[in-house]
Amino acid sequence: MYAVNFLILAAVLFSIGVFGVIARRNAVMVLMSIELILNSVNLNLIAFAMMNNSPEGHVFALYVIAVAAAEVGVGLAMVLMIYRNRRSIALDELSVMKG
Amino acid sequence: MSLMLAADVNVAQNVSFYIIAAIMVFGALRVVSGRNVVHAALWLVVVLGGVAAQYLLAAAEFVAISQVMVYIGAVMVLFLFGIMLTRATIGDEADLNNKNWSIGIPVSLLLAGTLVWVIVDQYGGEVLASPEEPMSTTAISDVFLREGLVPFLALSFVLLAAAIGAIVLARKD
Repeated sequence: MYAVNFLILAAVLFSIGVFGVIARRNAVMVLMSIELILNSVNLNLIAFAMMNNSPEGHVFALYVIAVAAAEVGVGLAMVLMIYRNRRSIALDELSVMKG
Repeated sequence: MSLMLAADVNVAQNVSFYIIAAIMVFGALRVVSGRNVVHAALWLVVVLGGVAAQYLLAAAEFVAISQVMVYIGAVMVLFLFGIMLTRATIGDEADLNNKNWSIGIPVSLLLAGTLVWVIVDQYGGEVLASPEEPMSTTAISDVFLREGLVPFLALSFVLLAAAIGAIVLARKD
């Protein structure tokens, strides 16, 4: 198997995730796109661990998985709070903090 | 590339890689382009399951099982709860995208092109040796409990803080 297989798949997933972050208006959809980005990074880490035959890449991937879980928990709680206060989670309507 | 030995390329591994990769890219495109939020979440399950399968192909079985448990088990349930608690309507939604969402297409195409160019330039033709056996959980835990012990403990505090923070943010009072 070529090394570029995993890396190109991860790059494509990353780009799709970036498109989702830019294009989506719903805050939950933006969080889902961020999950795509984090997973592509994990795929890269596993590919490099396979390349070097070392467990460090796996350890980093597990750190990323744990931090992503924490991020989703806090992010969805924030979305819930915004929805409760404003009755909408459309990101372009949240302009209170705009300079 | 011409020096590549036939034994270096595992045909079954390659074929399953391409099949899973095609399913993953299709699912990811549906996640960012669909009009139904619940369907997008379910397509995200397909992508995350595909990532777990790719981990198995890359001989990372512990990470694959963690991926299934954490993402498909826990994170997706959180997402579905988040969708249910923040949306009144079930079904297609017209205004799921920003007004100028089409800016994202050139940005992501440019990003993908740059990344693929750099990757092919650096690693093109390099063959990964198929590992004889999966990365053992013992080796991973050795790293976690020796060099990685302090980050590991810090990570548990991060999870604790995130749990408490989520409760504090989401409770009604």
